[in-house]
Amino acid sequence: MKKIKGLHIPHCKNTAQLVPETMPIPPEVRLSMSMHGGAPAKPVVAVGDQVKVGQLIAEADGKVSSPVHASVSGKVKSIDEFDPITGEKGEKSASIVITADGEQTIFEGLSPPVVTNTSEFLAAVRDSGVVGLGGAGYPTAPKLTLREGTNLDYILINGAECEPYITSDTRTMVDDAEYVFEGSMLLKKYLGPKKVIICIEDNKPEAIEKLKALTVDSDGLEVCPLPSRYPQGERKVLVYNVTNRIVPEGGRLTDVGCIVVNCTTVAVFARYIKTGMPLTHRSITVDGSAVKSPKNVIAPIGTPIRALFEFCGGISEDAKKIIMGGPMMGSAVPSLDMPTVKVTGSVMAFTAKDAKAFEPTPCIKCGRCIQNCPINLMPSHIEDAYELKNVDLLNKYKVNMCVECGCCAYVCPARRPLSHVMVLSKNMQWEARQK
Amino acid sequence: MTDKLTVSFFPHIRHKTTTSNIMLDVVIALIPTFIASILIFGPRAALVTAVCVFSCVGFEGICQKILKRPVTVGDFSAVITGLLIAFNLPVTIPLWQAMFGCSVAIILVKQLYGGLGKNFANPAVVARVVMFLAFSATMTAWNLPEYTPSWVLLSDTMAAPTPTMAGPTPLALLARGEVEYLPSMWHMFAGIRGGSLGETSALALLLGGVYLLVRRVITWHIPVTFIATVAVLSFLFGSLSLDFMLFHMFAGGLFLGAIFMATDYVTSPQTSKGRIIFGIGCGFLTVIIRLFGSYPEGASFAILFMNVLVPFINKVTMTKPLGGKGI
Repeated sequence: MKKIKGLHIPHCKNTAQLVPETMPIPPEVRLSMSMHGGAPAKPVVAVGDQVKVGQLIAEADGKVSSPVHASVSGKVKSIDEFDPITGEKGEKSASIVITADGEQTIFEGLSPPVVTNTSEFLAAVRDSGVVGLGGAGYPTAPKLTLREGTNLDYILINGAECEPYITSDTRTMVDDAEYVFEGSMLLKKYLGPKKVIICIEDNKPEAIEKLKALTVDSDGLEVCPLPSRYPQGERKVLVYNVTNRIVPEGGRLTDVGCIVVNCTTVAVFARYIKTGMPLTHRSITVDGSAVKSPKNVIAPIGTPIRALFEFCGGISEDAKKIIMGGPMMGSAVPSLDMPTVKVTGSVMAFTAKDAKAFEPTPCIKCGRCIQNCPINLMPSHIEDAYELKNVDLLNKYKVNMCVECGCCAYVCPARRPLSHVMVLSKNMQWEARQK
Repeated sequence: MTDKLTVSFFPHIRHKTTTSNIMLDVVIALIPTFIASILIFGPRAALVTAVCVFSCVGFEGICQKILKRPVTVGDFSAVITGLLIAFNLPVTIPLWQAMFGCSVAIILVKQLYGGLGKNFANPAVVARVVMFLAFSATMTAWNLPEYTPSWVLLSDTMAAPTPTMAGPTPLALLARGEVEYLPSMWHMFAGIRGGSLGETSALALLLGGVYLLVRRVITWHIPVTFIATVAVLSFLFGSLSLDFMLFHMFAGGLFLGAIFMATDYVTSPQTSKGRIIFGIGCGFLTVIIRLFGSYPEGASFAILFMNVLVPFINKVTMTKPLGGKGI
């Protein structure tokens, strides 16, 4: 069967060989209660409370939610009705600010959970505070909770890391290969798929080699090297390219017997089950043309990105664009005070030259956006339909199936903001459906 | 750090190809043909080309000023139109007629329809067709090649083309039944024959075509299906004569049309499937017009006809989203 070929985008994996360095504890961290998909977490601490590393400070609110743990030891300075990520204020948008004491005292109540069956395993995954760390942020426990009658054939461990620059997953697979392996074995044991496949792009030979060596004697667990093409790590693309299965429109991955879990996510819950330490820190790639010395950094969650840049030698005078996430799908942020969240695998700073706005010119109908759409949409036609505000046409062109990978805008020689139009079109479609 | 940060939508990086790079690549791909036209038809070929290019760029700039649109003459698209119009004219064309053709292409077909990307027909093709109908006499006054560069002659025994064999276009000769004056196949391929400035040298056009393919400016779909359809049909209609087939491939404006005019993005389909249909349609109509119509040359009419069909072709060749329902 034909594979989705994808785009060749310069990899720029400058930090691939750099073992993550632990940065000094920032004076203050801000932990958003909405670092995941679903309901925001509910704070269980009060202002003035002393907290220690790994201590639960907010509990999951409902099934699709995730707990939050203190990433530094210190004192709860405030609980604000403010979500630093969306910028929203109000009751549902809280964040907890902790003033660090610099001691990093570990919470004494931490102990490895007892895991002997599937429900205990899922409870442990939930308690570890882990969410889709590849960027999706969907809580992992509900994702792994299968609906009755689901026939699970494949669990794909996503180590594609197809975004340029980012190497934090690469480092996890190399430095924490054992945890990735153990987590994969846990998934195999408690969810019972036919196969667990660790999918890695072939530009990470070290990770492939290491995991191949670990999995050599394991039945039903294998490593699958993939071509380094963007967007190889997009879940529908990954499922198609690895298993030849097509996720139906509006369907879930489990409809075709698949689950995709990010490799760092797997390592985090494996470590929790072994040591009892929940998700409090993660490695973050700090790179981009404005960063003096790019690094992989282990930082407490909630660290202001300013502190990350300072640890990497600071950013140059003419830094003009700060991105959380990769250059293809990440979002540009307006301030260096933004705290990192669980899913922040990279922060980038680019100079004015690289941040120059792309001036759109008229569409010349070259068809590049159509040829390069991984799921065969017609972005140029969708743009026309959007400009006509024609929802019927948008439905016909199935803009709802867009995975927002950015390929259309990337290849557009007329520099049309196609990805933006795709997202706006989806909103337009959604709004029309609400009526 | 500068005062204010730029916030924009993803993706934050772009592929290096821009509209003007693409247009520039097409201009580069046309250079071999330009050189060939001067070698074959003499210095006036350069004059005609220059007049067309400057007229097109001038008309585009003036139009955009009058219509209060951003002036985009730097994007090379008008340069391409100028080159293509010139390559569709005989070397003896009066310069004012050439300028008239350029005004039709740029003002009427391109700018009045909304500028780059909005025209439904290829400006150069329309210019050629309009001039063909308006100035039938000068448009068909095919002059013989002025020079015969020695590199064209493969061996001493191969004679230089005589005026009689190189004067009128081979297709016109064929239409008149004067087959004894037809140039040799090598002359046809190299372009030592009567015809429009840029259509005669299949060799030079192919070089440009390969360049465009390598640079991924065009895909193979249109040129290959267009030329192959003409080849197959002329082979069948020519009572399975290989000579007749090759002759139809190299004579007339097939290569110029198939490589440079039918592949114009704006006026050709956007999907691979659509491009194949478009190419086959162009080839089919070219052969029908050449063999059964009253004009000896059919490529430009065929392209124009298929241009009109493009919105329809785009509609019927919509891509199928992966996993999409109800399609």
